[in-house]
Amino acid sequence: MTGAEKTLVPTQFGGPDTEVITLSEATKTYAGGLTALDHASLSIRQGELLAIVGPSGSGKSTLLNLMGTLDRPSSGTVRVLGHDVATLSDRRLSAVRARWIGFVFQQFFLSPHLSALDNVANGLLYHGIGHSNRRERAAEALERVGLGQRLDHRPHELSGGERQRTAIARAVVSRPRIVLADEPTGALDSASGAAVVDLLRELNAQGTTIAVITHDGELAASLPRRVRIRDGRVTEDTGLAGAAPGGLGVGA
Amino acid sequence: MTATEQFARTAPAAPSEKLPSPARLRPRDILAVGLSGLRGRKLRAVLSALGIAIGVAAMVAVVGIGTSSQAQLADQIAKLGTNLLSVGPGSNFAGAEVKLPEDADGMVQRIGPVESATQTGKTSATVRRTDKVDSRITGGIQVLAARDNLLGTVGGKLRSGRFLDPATGRYPGVVLGAKAADRLGVDAPGGQVWLGDQWFTVLGILDPVPLAPELDSSAMVGWEAAKTYLGFDGHPGNVYTRTKESAVEAVRDVLAPTVNPKSPNEVKVSRPSDALAAQLAAKDTFNALLLGLGAVALLVGGVGVANTMVIAVLERRQEIGLRRALGAHRGQIRTQFLTEAVALAGFGGLAGAALGGLATYGYATAKGWPFAIPAGALAAAIAASALVGAVAGLYPAARAARLTPTEALATG
Repeated sequence: MTGAEKTLVPTQFGGPDTEVITLSEATKTYAGGLTALDHASLSIRQGELLAIVGPSGSGKSTLLNLMGTLDRPSSGTVRVLGHDVATLSDRRLSAVRARWIGFVFQQFFLSPHLSALDNVANGLLYHGIGHSNRRERAAEALERVGLGQRLDHRPHELSGGERQRTAIARAVVSRPRIVLADEPTGALDSASGAAVVDLLRELNAQGTTIAVITHDGELAASLPRRVRIRDGRVTEDTGLAGAAPGGLGVGA
Repeated sequence: MTATEQFARTAPAAPSEKLPSPARLRPRDILAVGLSGLRGRKLRAVLSALGIAIGVAAMVAVVGIGTSSQAQLADQIAKLGTNLLSVGPGSNFAGAEVKLPEDADGMVQRIGPVESATQTGKTSATVRRTDKVDSRITGGIQVLAARDNLLGTVGGKLRSGRFLDPATGRYPGVVLGAKAADRLGVDAPGGQVWLGDQWFTVLGILDPVPLAPELDSSAMVGWEAAKTYLGFDGHPGNVYTRTKESAVEAVRDVLAPTVNPKSPNEVKVSRPSDALAAQLAAKDTFNALLLGLGAVALLVGGVGVANTMVIAVLERRQEIGLRRALGAHRGQIRTQFLTEAVALAGFGGLAGAALGGLATYGYATAKGWPFAIPAGALAAAIAASALVGAVAGLYPAARAARLTPTEALATG
């Protein structure tokens, strides 16, 4: 199967055993007593492409927020490359997001008055590197997602699928250790959606670790690993397909 | 595998990699990010900067127009000179007007530092447009006997015609002050007016004389002609003298005893430029009031900016969330919104300064004044608006920074 080849692609950061994001018994309780995530444990390794799937309200978004260090767990720990998120200051955590984590959102979140190139270059804004350097790398990233001919287009001049590919370029322009894609096909028709999924596969094949959060079972089924969430609990985890034979198995 | 086993297996022992260190934005990027919020909302930016602009424009115009008018007054004083002294008759114990000796100007001329001296004397004649006008209707115009060097000493200018000279000063010719000519309805020399009991030819008309305004409503005839035709007794009422600039005070002290040695306390000595200098000082108090009004407008503009920024933070939660996801820390979000507020107010200040400068230029030009705005005032106005922007942006920026990334992203 193809998964074996993917994870064998050598990367500059450690091997496939490196755990990029690790949740241990992570629980998130909101004010008002709602428990959105209940003792969830999950480990994502270098080079994986996995789907986190569940119906709306199942806690996927909370899981994404915790994995992306956008939020901190009420109890349990979240580690990014072994660093406990709870111990990090806002500045450190922001640097972690800037360097290690790329985000793709359902609604793209592109600035309407910026060209595709500048939108992607903004992915490097908080890296402290110069403007022309950012644009150079942004052009490369757009090339990678197949939008090399669309650098100067504004978002409204792009199709939905192109917009999402621009957003994906922005997520990968900093060569993050993991890309978290939140319903990346949710706002797209099925053809553009399929193209976006193909792009994510391709990027994964080139060594990018990607977690796709979706409620779309079909999309989830097409990815090498699936983590199913329901009522804030991890109810199924198909484990590391190929990468670690025998893998983590199905939890609880 | 049990949950515990799984937990044990997934808990890594040690961090596998060093944490990335937080990066600073470059000043250029800070500016670009701060301005990016204004680009998409130009109309709103213009409207909220307008409040600041109006305040600043008002302040700059007040200062500029004040400065220009002072510059004009100072120019005028410098041009007229502050070295003119005027001696007028006081009154004695009995209340009767004192008569100065006929040769008063000659005596003054002999004081060392005096450059020139001249005099005028009041006659009892009246001047009218024609002999058909009732002799009681004088129009408040006094008829003065004048020496032919009067104009040079008091710094007066002819509007038209010429002044008295040794030749014309003997014949029935008259030079009219600006107001006198107005009241008589004479707008060009050459005609005749009914003066005393005969026709006098109008030789010239004066411009207003700022240092001797009493001449404006006078009709001046030659010294000898006044004696010949108007029964003038030859005693001067006013003596004017120009002295060396450095000796004005010294001359002022000896002027009264020189002109009227018998009773020096019965004459009044004055320095006409003092009145203009007093005007110069008086303008400052008026300015303070208007400046206060400008400051209030600036503050109101600041409230407008704060309002705009609060709305901006509410509207742009997604953008804040995105920036947080892209790696901006709280401080950078705060800086962004603070920069935006300062830029908004700063643009307002800049536009206001330009507007105020333009208004000053227009007003000064219309009035024929020199155009003057103190550069310090311009800088202060722009700095003040930037400061107002910073204060106005403080709370909205803090609110933006306080938003957690999830709160910011959750609002669809």
